[in-house]
Amino acid sequence: MTGTLLSISGLTKAYPGVVANDTVSFEIQEGEVHALLGENGAGKSTLVKMIYGLVKPDSGTMAWKGGAFAPSEPRVARATGVAMVFQHFSLFDALSVAENVALGMENPPPMRDLATRIRDVSENYGLPLDPDRTVGDLSAGERQRVEIIRCLLQDPKLLIMDEPTSVLTPQEVEILFKTLNKLKAEGTSILYISHKLEEIRTLCDHATILRLGKNVGTCIPAETTAREMAEMMVGDTLHTPTRTANEGGEVVLEVKNLSLSSSNPFGTRLKDISFEVQAGEILGLGGVAGNGQDELLAALSGEAKTESQAVVVKGKAVGHMGPNERRELGILAAPEERLGHAAAPDMSLTENALLTGAIRQKLIKNNFVNWSETISFAEKIISAFDVRTPGPASAARSLSGGNLQKFVIGREVLQDPEVLVVNQPTWGVDAAAAASIRQSLLDLAANGAALVVISQDLDELMEISDHFGALNEGRLSEIRPAVGLTVDEIGLMMGGAHDLEDAHV
Amino acid sequence: MLRLEKRPQPSRALSLSTPLIAVVVTMIAGGLLFAALGKNPFEAIRTIFWDPLFGEYAFYYRPQLLVKGAPLILIAIGLSLGFRAGIWNIGAEGQYIIGALCGAGAGLAFYPSDSVFLFPFMVIAGALGGWAWGMIPALLKVKFGTNEILVSLMLVYVADQLLAKMSLGLLKNPEGFGFPGSRNIADWESATSWIAADYGLHWGVAAAMIAVILAYILLNKHILGFNIRLSGEAPRAARFAGVNPTRLILFCLGTSGALAGLAGLFEVSGPSGQVNIDFAAGYGFTAIIVAFLGRLHPVGILLAGLLMALTYIGGDIAESQLQLPAAAIQVFQGMLLFFLLALDLLTNYRVKFAIQGAA
Repeated sequence: MTGTLLSISGLTKAYPGVVANDTVSFEIQEGEVHALLGENGAGKSTLVKMIYGLVKPDSGTMAWKGGAFAPSEPRVARATGVAMVFQHFSLFDALSVAENVALGMENPPPMRDLATRIRDVSENYGLPLDPDRTVGDLSAGERQRVEIIRCLLQDPKLLIMDEPTSVLTPQEVEILFKTLNKLKAEGTSILYISHKLEEIRTLCDHATILRLGKNVGTCIPAETTAREMAEMMVGDTLHTPTRTANEGGEVVLEVKNLSLSSSNPFGTRLKDISFEVQAGEILGLGGVAGNGQDELLAALSGEAKTESQAVVVKGKAVGHMGPNERRELGILAAPEERLGHAAAPDMSLTENALLTGAIRQKLIKNNFVNWSETISFAEKIISAFDVRTPGPASAARSLSGGNLQKFVIGREVLQDPEVLVVNQPTWGVDAAAAASIRQSLLDLAANGAALVVISQDLDELMEISDHFGALNEGRLSEIRPAVGLTVDEIGLMMGGAHDLEDAHV
Repeated sequence: MLRLEKRPQPSRALSLSTPLIAVVVTMIAGGLLFAALGKNPFEAIRTIFWDPLFGEYAFYYRPQLLVKGAPLILIAIGLSLGFRAGIWNIGAEGQYIIGALCGAGAGLAFYPSDSVFLFPFMVIAGALGGWAWGMIPALLKVKFGTNEILVSLMLVYVADQLLAKMSLGLLKNPEGFGFPGSRNIADWESATSWIAADYGLHWGVAAAMIAVILAYILLNKHILGFNIRLSGEAPRAARFAGVNPTRLILFCLGTSGALAGLAGLFEVSGPSGQVNIDFAAGYGFTAIIVAFLGRLHPVGILLAGLLMALTYIGGDIAESQLQLPAAAIQVFQGMLLFFLLALDLLTNYRVKFAIQGAA
């Protein structure tokens, strides 16, 4: 290591209502792989966007090899030597690899020369790629190679990679790591964003850990255990669980050996998930986003069908049933994505009330919609859950995130569910609204419903759950009573280290 | 610099008025086009929009409005259901042809019988023909995930070939002195779709009215209509609401096919009168414009179909009286759709004048 490539001091960036980065400082050395580690919403993306010139910091400075560095736009950052591979690719399916690469360049050379250069670079770094192939035919891993090669052609000094392995197969990950190690050996620094602890331990020289926008520590991953890193990510100021588990209630929801491949090519496969939820119980499921949360909700709501015995409610196998058949039995769900999944953005609140309320509220007679009853159901949700809106005729998208979330949760809670599955019930919701949503979930459980709350907010889970489990790469950890869980244990469950428990302890 | 800002709510006032604004803007731009061609723009616009309704020969043109409007409306209603759900049937022209062939064929098989059941039988055959032609892209999409836009469009050309084959072969009039084309169905008492030819009234007009009413009820009162709209607006929310996409694809493509087939049957047994090589006049394609011009709303489609028919008739008059080239009329009709879609943006977005560099 020859010196400091990029040094960041006191970077702060606030968005309305949230401080994304709060006086973050760290340094990247030349020729090192530096990890940026943190949970969703910890501020990783905002930080790298500032380095790449996409976002301007409110305060704080950056220095590039000792000189001032304040990129006003990505072009300036690129000219300095910063290149970035985004999590979501920006490629045109109908164009060839070479054409896509040319589109991202300031002064593209003639196509023939470019193809030769792409071939050279791809062979050099062990990333096999044919410049003449159409991008539409490429796998996710190959598409990522296109993005990487596009960056490498600029001869970067610092390569930023935003969760590069989330779309890769294990074999592709291995190839990628070889390439990154080769780049490192040639003196290129890499800023590697991830929340996969084992990956960081094998690849990275240093790690900076962000939590709630703050730099909470640095470590040398190779010398730190996954558990220690997970603890830093999660923090140690956890809410102490207050709810004691009631044992011996009637088992309402039973999931047995549920396996499911995701309908989304970037999704996560659910692997052999089993758990039980009793009447009056709230099971909190934690885990970092993208570890099977969406898929689990789909399997429980009926959007994804499974083997009928995999999901059993009150002794009745429902795995093969669609969402409406399950609603009839009292199994309701509220997905994470409010606009477009839980609610149709351009439709009115009345129409959105019909969306899931049609069956249980009997809003349909002989297949005809009873609009006046639907309107009163919508009004009931609006008043019971204090949804701030001019009225049920407003389009869903005109509501603020918190208000729409209250509507979405209220719509299910008021239908008197036997089983309610919610994913991220208070994501992006202000504190007061979040508290009222949580209270409504607690009330529902007190009335004897079985709840599954999937969330990335551990404080929330600790506050309302009586049992806790964590999803990791589509597997579910052991379910344990929430009372008495330590941060240590939670970090272990979330980091997917539950398999390592025997090995380490 | 101009900047677009999304409105929190779609503007209701604008969504009602943009079609009218689009017509006015089309008149202005079309007027400029006609002026550039050396014609008096005011006279051209008057000839297209005024003369067919209130001119000297309006008694002749007014019935034409129904004759030309009915198939457009009938087809567009069917298409609008699919378009609302994000299912794109571009091949209504083919379903229209096949409906006409099946309906005419079913009738001609019993020539020259006189039975009150003959016409209803032909109607059913026509609807089934169009339905079956629409089910081809539907089944391929459901089973193999093919793109319904391409398949339905390609099937238009297959239908075109079938039409030629039929008018020269199986359905050719045996007493037609070797001329291509079938017997005249319109003159055949128990098979004609005419109710009152002098007023432009035929069963297709009645069917179009019924279709408008039923589509309105379906979309606004029936759960299936709600599911159609939901699938188009938010496909993921539709799956969450338990909508079965396969059934929806089959329903939408089947219904639009059946309605296009009906339009073909009413046309072949009325205004057109016989199966002929040049029977297909492009109603199936123009209906796509009509559907969007009417904002995929049944009442809007009714008005748009009549407006489109008006520009057809007026365009014909302008061609013959003012010697305007046919291409200019087509450009004029194209402008109408163009401006409508462009102005559509305003219902969901506000145009803001931003200070340079601030964006």
